[in-house]
Amino acid sequence: MESEQIIFYILSFWFVTSSLLMIFSRNAAKAVLFLVLVFFSAASIWILLEAEFLAITLILVYVGAVMVLFLFVIKMLNIDKSTLRAKFTGYLPLGLVVAAIVAAEMSLVLGANQFGLDVFSSPTRHDAGYSNITVLAMQLYTTYVYPFELAAVLLLTAIIAAITLVHRNDTSHKKQSISEQVNVQAKDRVRLVSITLPSKEDK
Amino acid sequence: MELWQAFVQILHTLIPWLDGTVASILIILIKAIALVMPLMLVVAYFTYAERKVIGYMQLRIGPNRVGPKGWLQPIADALKLMTKEIIFPTKANIYLFLLAPVLAIAPAIAVWAVIPFDEGIYVTNLDISLLYVLAIGSIGVYGIILAGWASNSKYPLLGALRSASLLVSYEIVIGFALVTVVMIAGSANLNTIVQAQQGGIVHWYFIPLFPMMIIFFISALVETNRAPFDVVEGESEIVGGTHVEYSGMTFAVFFLAEYANMILMAVLAVVMFFGGWHSPFEAIPYFENVFAWVPGIIWLLAKTTFFMFLYLWVRATFPRFRYDQIMHLSWKVFLPITIIWIFVVALMTRLQLGPWF
Repeated sequence: MESEQIIFYILSFWFVTSSLLMIFSRNAAKAVLFLVLVFFSAASIWILLEAEFLAITLILVYVGAVMVLFLFVIKMLNIDKSTLRAKFTGYLPLGLVVAAIVAAEMSLVLGANQFGLDVFSSPTRHDAGYSNITVLAMQLYTTYVYPFELAAVLLLTAIIAAITLVHRNDTSHKKQSISEQVNVQAKDRVRLVSITLPSKEDK
Repeated sequence: MELWQAFVQILHTLIPWLDGTVASILIILIKAIALVMPLMLVVAYFTYAERKVIGYMQLRIGPNRVGPKGWLQPIADALKLMTKEIIFPTKANIYLFLLAPVLAIAPAIAVWAVIPFDEGIYVTNLDISLLYVLAIGSIGVYGIILAGWASNSKYPLLGALRSASLLVSYEIVIGFALVTVVMIAGSANLNTIVQAQQGGIVHWYFIPLFPMMIIFFISALVETNRAPFDVVEGESEIVGGTHVEYSGMTFAVFFLAEYANMILMAVLAVVMFFGGWHSPFEAIPYFENVFAWVPGIIWLLAKTTFFMFLYLWVRATFPRFRYDQIMHLSWKVFLPITIIWIFVVALMTRLQLGPWF
């Protein structure tokens, strides 16, 4: 076996194992960490396929940002495990049916009859000067520039919508204006009032 | 470079049975060790420099007991931390508790693989090394988050929550700031970025990207949890943040990771904005020849040392920011400026302005 094949099998082993561990671990935080391991193995396999830009982006976006937010949310939640377990058997038949349908669909679309060696020839190695990022950028910014920009606008709309939904009619919490706080003068905060005390003779 | 090839030749003659794969793995290993050992030494003496510099700025002497002028202080500190007991909090998750420092230091060292020290001196030459730096650098936050969560304690959890939100928001700013560098250099390869800055001090990118340079430096302070943005540790608010429950060597590993990250950010600032290994006297008639004998790595290290000093200077100068002020700075000040500057750089590229394009 070539050294590349050995590396591929080691990575795939970790990919499959960590995805199974992710599903079967009871602790939500551990599940997130196993999912991070899944992303890492997937990224490594993509690097073997010379798709290094995609691999790095997977780590940058999913491991570096999305999974951090997942961990963030999981730490804030107080998950009651007993209620989760109580409903498990009730949902089991439905879950099994859904799982079987998904597995069948995936095997039809991604099976050997679609992506086997007789349909797709094995990928050829590029020479040392090949730059994956340049090729991708040329495609994205010339041929697919309108879909690319549309996707960006869609994401921007989603962000703005989410923020406006959260901050709608927001009168409950106090806001601080930092520039006002920094530029505050002593006369804004303290008012010195001269008071003439009533003398005893006035009584 | 000739030295390196001679070394590879000697390796091949000494061990003739080495085949291609094993030899290349061995060479990568030797390169990595040659990088990490000096790095750890620099980290150790950076802590000494910090105590000395801040000491003198505050009219104190700083450490001066161990060895002449206190030069052996970092060694004594390391020995002390290694021999101290590691205390595990009750009901803490031991595996995650021990995994956290590893996750903090592994990315801090792994990022150094792509840093170019001189023409052709690096561990690997990646085509997307800038993205690699951002991606691996963003993993370091797991160390802090896990440390906070696995400690099973209140203050570490608060520190971890602060750290997660700070790092995610400032990573966006750093990413946008570095996009402008990529736009000018036309490459995400750190080697190519430095090569593109050849030709004297006016070719360095800190001139067209001056605001980006400032933003990068300030964001680097946040990313490395340094004063005045060290709310993650904030000893006056949350005792020591994520480090509260860590003792002995587990704490030392966090410490090493933090300082390795600081030096990395200093090197990155030099590589992106200050011409990397290029001499500042390039293209200046007389001085160019006088300083021609100085190897590029010396210039790189000298510039890096200046930025490392800036970290200490800033720490001794500014009071700590409030948490909401840091968030305000990121989302409402830095992010708009970086986005505007991307358009400015696009315009500069279009007009072929200056010597940078």
